[in-house]
Amino acid sequence: MAELAINIAGLNFRNPVTTASGTFGYGEEFLDFLDPDQLGGIFVKAVTGKNRDGNAYPRMAETTGGMLNSVGLQNKGIDHFCREIYPKIRNFNTNIMVNVSGSTIEEYMTVAERINELDDIPAIELNISCPNVKLGGMAFGTVPAMAREVTAAVRKVYHKVMMVKLSPNVTNITEIARAVTDGGADVITLINTLLGMAIDAETQRPVLSTITGGLSGPAIKPVALRMVWQVHKAVPVPVIGLGGIMNATDAIEFILAGASAVQVGTANFIDPQASIKIIRGIEEYLTRHNISSIRELIGALRTDV
Amino acid sequence: MVFKKNIGDLTVIRNLRLNQRHFLLELQSEKPFPVMLPGQFVQAFVKDAPVTFLRRPFSIHAVNFTQNILKLLIQIKGEGTRHLSTLREGEKLNLIFPLGNSFTIPHTKEVLLIGGGCGVAPLLFLAQFLNQQQIKPSILLGFRTKDDIFEIEEYSRYGKVFISTDDGSEGEKGLVVDHSLFQKERLPFKKIYCCGPEAMMKFVDRIAKFHHIDCEVSLENTMACGFGVCLCCIAPTDKGNERVCTEGPVFNTKRLAGW
Repeated sequence: MAELAINIAGLNFRNPVTTASGTFGYGEEFLDFLDPDQLGGIFVKAVTGKNRDGNAYPRMAETTGGMLNSVGLQNKGIDHFCREIYPKIRNFNTNIMVNVSGSTIEEYMTVAERINELDDIPAIELNISCPNVKLGGMAFGTVPAMAREVTAAVRKVYHKVMMVKLSPNVTNITEIARAVTDGGADVITLINTLLGMAIDAETQRPVLSTITGGLSGPAIKPVALRMVWQVHKAVPVPVIGLGGIMNATDAIEFILAGASAVQVGTANFIDPQASIKIIRGIEEYLTRHNISSIRELIGALRTDV
Repeated sequence: MVFKKNIGDLTVIRNLRLNQRHFLLELQSEKPFPVMLPGQFVQAFVKDAPVTFLRRPFSIHAVNFTQNILKLLIQIKGEGTRHLSTLREGEKLNLIFPLGNSFTIPHTKEVLLIGGGCGVAPLLFLAQFLNQQQIKPSILLGFRTKDDIFEIEEYSRYGKVFISTDDGSEGEKGLVVDHSLFQKERLPFKKIYCCGPEAMMKFVDRIAKFHHIDCEVSLENTMACGFGVCLCCIAPTDKGNERVCTEGPVFNTKRLAGW
């Protein structure tokens, strides 16, 4: 049997398949469909300093090969997470990573500091890339100096594995990747959603209440693959790739491009068992290609003629 | 109440075209059904439809628990539903079910169900369920025209049916809220269950509130997942934005902000 286990920044993953923040709730919502302990890890829904009600309805538009959302980081805040959610999920036998969001550097620091105290959360994913909030979010992830500043500030108060999730809405992704690496990121996750919009021609109005939103799903996979490949070559830190992964072949493509692990996102909405099927599919791929460990495949893209 | 969610293929045993815009799918499961209650819905996977990406939510129209048959009443609205309308007997349809909450059991026998258009769908299951509680509801169904009317005999098995059509081609002319049932000083109902276009439900709710009648509505909403994780299908309530797929789709109108 091929080896699926992998170590990323000192953290052991039983396989390279994790679930993306905002698409997997807090994990509990999937207990009727799968055993979370079979996953490499779970990135839980974004947590902010205070309760956020998110954006007005409509927040979703189906598009060709994907969907737009403008949820806007709806969550009940860090106190609620620590008190109500954490006790319910801390005993999952998989890596539980929390997506940390905010409008100010202080808010990111406050949330990260609180999560640092939670024994069973081995890592955070700093979300400097949400396109659906007016303040902060993506603003931090599109200017290199700001990306470095917020990463370095959180680094001071967070002492476990710090991942930083990048926005694809930039001209040069490697600049941002270098900036967060300088700021102390242990791992880079990418990509968050691509800024997009949908219009209803009949009503001559935007579909989303926020006019623009974040595009996810297979439509964005080629962009995500390109960025994972560029970042993998540009920085020494490991990369976790996401963007439109629907099946094991998609996951393998990200790993070949340089991802040490992948996140399954929008696919969870259509097939809540997608992540488990992807694990089985990767296993079959490795066996079929006579590869003994998934590690051999990371960045193994053949670009020779 | 927490329901165990299932995911699996059901077999199409009948696809009946009711009129130009509506069809009825009868689906059979090999496995016994889980507990399902009226108001709950399914998420159907539209296979091989090139431009349909997400599942499509449909309320449960009727259930036969002894034969493991589930019925969906579907209005053709876009590519996804058009594709489903072409399903043939023997083909499979992948469903996640049952999803969402349900209508509550009334503390009265004086019950009125109001449906408009495709919103009549969950009311058949509800009427069937109420009969099991020894309640014979009044059922008011609104359609655009006579040709849109379907399955009246099904509803009639469970209660007294009243019809209104926009053009008066069947039953009373006008909207459901214009029906003579409401032209009384005191209405003989203590509970209203309503499903249909939002404007209609808001009209019904105004009448209900005027007469101090408790009213539950089933909200329609665009959904991505349908099981509570994407946070796309929200409705403003007295507790902030709640998920229509999980805290709903049935809400008591007392709890809906702006109603």
